[in-house]
Amino acid sequence: MTPTTKDALREFSDNLKAVPRRVMETAFRTGPPTTDRTRSTFVFGNVFLHLHAVRTHRWSLKWTTTMGLGIMSVSAFLIALVTGVMLMFYYKPYPEAAYESIKDIHFVVPTGRLIRNLHRWSANLMVVAVILHMARAFYTAAYRKPREYNWLMGIGLLVVTLGLSFTGYLLPWDQLAYWAITIGANIAQSPREITDALGITDYFDPGGFQRLLLLGSDMVGAEALIRFYLLHVMILPLALAALMGVHFWRIRKDGGMVRPADADDQLFRQPREEALPIFTEAPAKTYHLAAIVRGRTSNVGRGPENTVPSMPHLFYAELGVLMVTLLVCLALSLVSDAPLKELANPSVPENPAKAPWYFLGLQEMVAFSAFMGGIGIPSIVLIGLALIPYLDRETEGTGRWFGGPGGWPLVRLSIVLGLAAPILIESFVIRFGWLREWFPSVPQLVITMLNPGTLLTAVYAFFSMWCIRRYGSTRAGALALFTCFLCGFLVLTIVGTYFRGPNWVFYWSPSEWPKH
Amino acid sequence: MTTQAKAPRSRLDPEPVPRRDWLGLSSLWAMTGALLFGLLGLLKLPKAAVLASPSKKFKVSLPDVLPVGEAFVPPGRAVAIYKDSGGIYAVSTICTHLGCVVKANAEGFECPCHGSRFSANGDVTKGPAPRALPWLKVSVSGGAVTIDEGVVVPQGTKVA
Ligand code: HEM
Ligand code: FES
Repeated sequence: MTPTTKDALREFSDNLKAVPRRVMETAFRTGPPTTDRTRSTFVFGNVFLHLHAVRTHRWSLKWTTTMGLGIMSVSAFLIALVTGVMLMFYYKPYPEAAYESIKDIHFVVPTGRLIRNLHRWSANLMVVAVILHMARAFYTAAYRKPREYNWLMGIGLLVVTLGLSFTGYLLPWDQLAYWAITIGANIAQSPREITDALGITDYFDPGGFQRLLLLGSDMVGAEALIRFYLLHVMILPLALAALMGVHFWRIRKDGGMVRPADADDQLFRQPREEALPIFTEAPAKTYHLAAIVRGRTSNVGRGPENTVPSMPHLFYAELGVLMVTLLVCLALSLVSDAPLKELANPSVPENPAKAPWYFLGLQEMVAFSAFMGGIGIPSIVLIGLALIPYLDRETEGTGRWFGGPGGWPLVRLSIVLGLAAPILIESFVIRFGWLREWFPSVPQLVITMLNPGTLLTAVYAFFSMWCIRRYGSTRAGALALFTCFLCGFLVLTIVGTYFRGPNWVFYWSPSEWPKH
Repeated sequence: MTTQAKAPRSRLDPEPVPRRDWLGLSSLWAMTGALLFGLLGLLKLPKAAVLASPSKKFKVSLPDVLPVGEAFVPPGRAVAIYKDSGGIYAVSTICTHLGCVVKANAEGFECPCHGSRFSANGDVTKGPAPRALPWLKVSVSGGAVTIDEGVVVPQGTKVA
């Protein structure tokens, strides 16, 4: 049968009309996600989506389980990534040009100011989200078996996130940037305080090496700028992306979000609309793959399921968080501009020279001694965080907010102590001074090591030990210590941000700062 | 290597390393070793053989009258130059704490960043700075005064 010319033309025009629909259909390789089976293939047949499991437990979708903080961190990162690439069109990483190019972006480039603001605000939001997300994972005891390793990946992500903000801070090459980085690089050099005191700096100088590695020179100049630029736009984002990949993959392989042992019972008490058994149209061969997958195949052989298809339930929730994050960033960007001070001037320090806000707690400690405040205590905190899942191997309270011995009452007590201790220590130090004011000839090594922050850490550690004994549980000690450090971070950051003025002197408000 | 009774193995759990693979393995390790060795050399990359920084040595012309105890700071340099009956001397004004530039005042120096104070000869009197401000090498030939920021001299070294 040969079609007539007329038929062929009609078919052509029909095909033409059908193009949009066909493109949509062919995009979904396995058909539109409308049935259980195609919703599954929609997830595992897609490069990007298959980091997710095909089905999601209803406990994971409860708002109180994650508060969406992990997704908020990713969303903020994505916003920073896109706006950052846009900024790269105009930014020039050379000392003579950097400041001018930022000024151009801010004042000349169409929508440049909005993009720059979005970049700043999403970066700030990311730091907040990551810290809160870590707190969420901690308080729900989500770091326990089998998620220990993913907690470590999380710490890596925290460090890289802070590194990204720190390296980005130098790029505008204004006064704020220049002096914050000078201080940062010298903190990297501060192990010299120890090697100097021991008299071995000439042979063994890790501090000097770190500073040289960071700056590529013995001053903050063109080499430093290009290094920070490379770290900021290339090395650290790649590292972050790699770590994120592992982080997400492990979430899936570790069985999704942590949930209490009795999560199913708790959910059953609520009305269930959609608790169908998995795979209502079960394919014939589900279990062949299960033979070679090691570890738990969590869904095999269970009774009625409390899971729903990830498409659309999980993905729409994730998209929702992304949109909220974007909205918050946009709103902040419209009302508040990213700062830009005068051009960097190496002979006149910005006064006060303040780092980004989340480092001001550190700066507050550094103002007493550089090594302990800038390297010693942060290292202790990071090592402590990394050890949590390996020391707390209990099971009570997993997946429940403030779960474990002590629970919320212990956390409440820790908040009181965690806030009171740094406030008292700070007030004392601000009123009466510190070691050198009382004993002018005290050896430098004592000043280096005995930071008010050291005292604070000791108080916290002591309290935590007491909790371990009192409740007979490591988790109780961890709850106390983590809460205390979070509170200490808060107090020191607020003091550093709002109550320190020129010469790092205490002022009740910036309006009292002397005019110069 | 010890020989063990052959345990029955399944296809999913094969013998870990067949012995005849040693050639392959040793070449793999040789390559890994070579790469590590090369990497070790590459570690030097971030440290330039010559640091790109402006000359540390510079000439200054002091004002005709420089009262005792008053600092002369050459523009753009972090050095305070003094003149008294003992001669000319120069004190670095880079804070030994975290590198801010200190300001000379009547008692000595004060740092704007974390409030370190130094006496007139550079010793720490207050705050977190771990070391005294270093004195720098001064040389006078004819009328010209040259300062070398790269060379530290003992406190009290004055050049007539
Ligand atoms: C750039 C930084 C980070 C990103 C983008 C990120 C992302 C995520 C996401 C999307 C989840 C899924 C659940 C949720 O939304 O809460 C998650 C879970 C988790 N994250 Fe992170 N995270 C980051 C940093 C951290 C940090 C700093 C820690 C802790 C040190 C951490 C520890 C965990 C743990 C233990 C889980 C599993 C929680 C559970 O099973 O309930 N993550 N992360
Ligand atoms: S840099 Fe001078 S006191 Fe910190």
